Amino acid sequence: MSLFAKAAEDRLAELWQAAAMAPDFTWLRRPESGAVMLRGLAGGQGAPFNLGEMTVTRASVRLAGGQVGHGYVAGRSKRKAEIAALCDALMQDPAAAPAVEAAILGPLAREAEAAAAKRAAKAAATKVEFFTMQRGED
Amino acid sequence: MYVAVKGGERAIDNAHAWLAEERRGDPSVPELSLAQIAGQMRLAVNRVMAEGSLYDPELAALALKQARGDMVEAIFLIRAYRTTLPRFGEARPVETAAMACQRRISATFKDVPGGQVLGPTFDYTHRLLDFKLAAEGTPAPAPEAAPGPQHTPHVLGILDREGLIEGEPEGSETPPDLTREALDFPCDRALRLQALARGDEGFLLGLAYSTQRGYGRTHAFVGELRVGMVAVEFEIPELGFAIEIAEIELTECETVNQFAGSKSEPPQFTRGYGLVFGQSERKALSMALVDRALRWRELGEEDTGAPAQDEEFVVAHCDNIQATGFLEHIKLPHYVDFQAELELVRRMRREAAASAAAAASEAAE
Repeated sequence: MSLFAKAAEDRLAELWQAAAMAPDFTWLRRPESGAVMLRGLAGGQGAPFNLGEMTVTRASVRLAGGQVGHGYVAGRSKRKAEIAALCDALMQDPAAAPAVEAAILGPLAREAEAAAAKRAAKAAATKVEFFTMQRGED
Repeated sequence: MYVAVKGGERAIDNAHAWLAEERRGDPSVPELSLAQIAGQMRLAVNRVMAEGSLYDPELAALALKQARGDMVEAIFLIRAYRTTLPRFGEARPVETAAMACQRRISATFKDVPGGQVLGPTFDYTHRLLDFKLAAEGTPAPAPEAAPGPQHTPHVLGILDREGLIEGEPEGSETPPDLTREALDFPCDRALRLQALARGDEGFLLGLAYSTQRGYGRTHAFVGELRVGMVAVEFEIPELGFAIEIAEIELTECETVNQFAGSKSEPPQFTRGYGLVFGQSERKALSMALVDRALRWRELGEEDTGAPAQDEEFVVAHCDNIQATGFLEHIKLPHYVDFQAELELVRRMRREAAASAAAAASEAAE
């Protein structure tokens, strides 16, 4: 669910379309957008405080086979929430799960990892390597 | 006498049509896309998200476009929009210690576990206009290096282990929310931090600077400033457990300030804290300095009467939407109010003239 939530909308839609899955489903909750209040901790570790909200869109579906799936995704894309809910439901169907895993989850996980590694590599290149210069004459 | 005034509608409609034209600018120049604004004016987008108090880069870009680049107007649009959203719930507090840092510096310790990572920063640039940017061009890709261990613990933890810095008391699990409850003073630190996190950057910068110049001095060092990605964990009501629903960019600043102590407690450093949406370093630093200045009472410090120490002054005035709403409303027609003032000043002048005439005739007699 986290991978679906964190994926870019366009990429998720692209993978979903390429996977050519069109499961029969009924809406338990049609996609709706709202907000979630984010919190921080004073000093990064103390008392919680309200930091500000974030847009979130959610949807819930039931497949013809009875599997229920929920999508909670950042942003306001109803399409993304729908795909996330469908993928979540399909992951609970032993017959469909391997295909979702291979066609959607796998690529998303690899791409997320690559993006994080790229950021970390750029950050590492800006790490300061201190060296101490000797002062005066001895 | 009250006279109802109508007739502005056509003028207003036409003014807004002209506004739309002005917003677009010269039609022979390509129009800005939201992706361009979100990607290339990112720090502006960050500020709109932080002070609009809604994390959504696309919406913030739209607000900036609609507001013709006017920050406060864009923030106003976001604030208005967020009131239309149902609240699904509250996320778990973000774990900034686990942040994937793209920038992380400490001004107090040279050697910190995880190292000093400069990241994409304006620091150490010469602040000379780069005329190459006036032309189009793609920069060379940034150099990369093998990342070491990714663990970057909070720098202040080093002082904490030795007991050299005050601990952070745990607070109420459900912090107060100023978007739901009316402000009431005195307020606790959690509420102040919320107000500061969405407060106006310029106002907080000025206040923070005032503390450095001696108005409520706290002598702050930047123990740590970090910028990076943090996971948002939200408990899914249907499932009863939390999942990560997003990764967001945050800036966190922890200051180390001068001492507090008492007869029973040996002197310790004290803390100021700033946490802001996006890469917003000036704001995070300002927030930390003002947070620390506002803590004078709990730390047993003297109230010097400095503006940055005055909780009500700071919290009630740091919101630029409240401020601009009240300020700018005086541009709107006040014909009736003003008519009353006009009547009053005329009467006072008549009375003054009459009593002056009476005094003159008395003196003449």
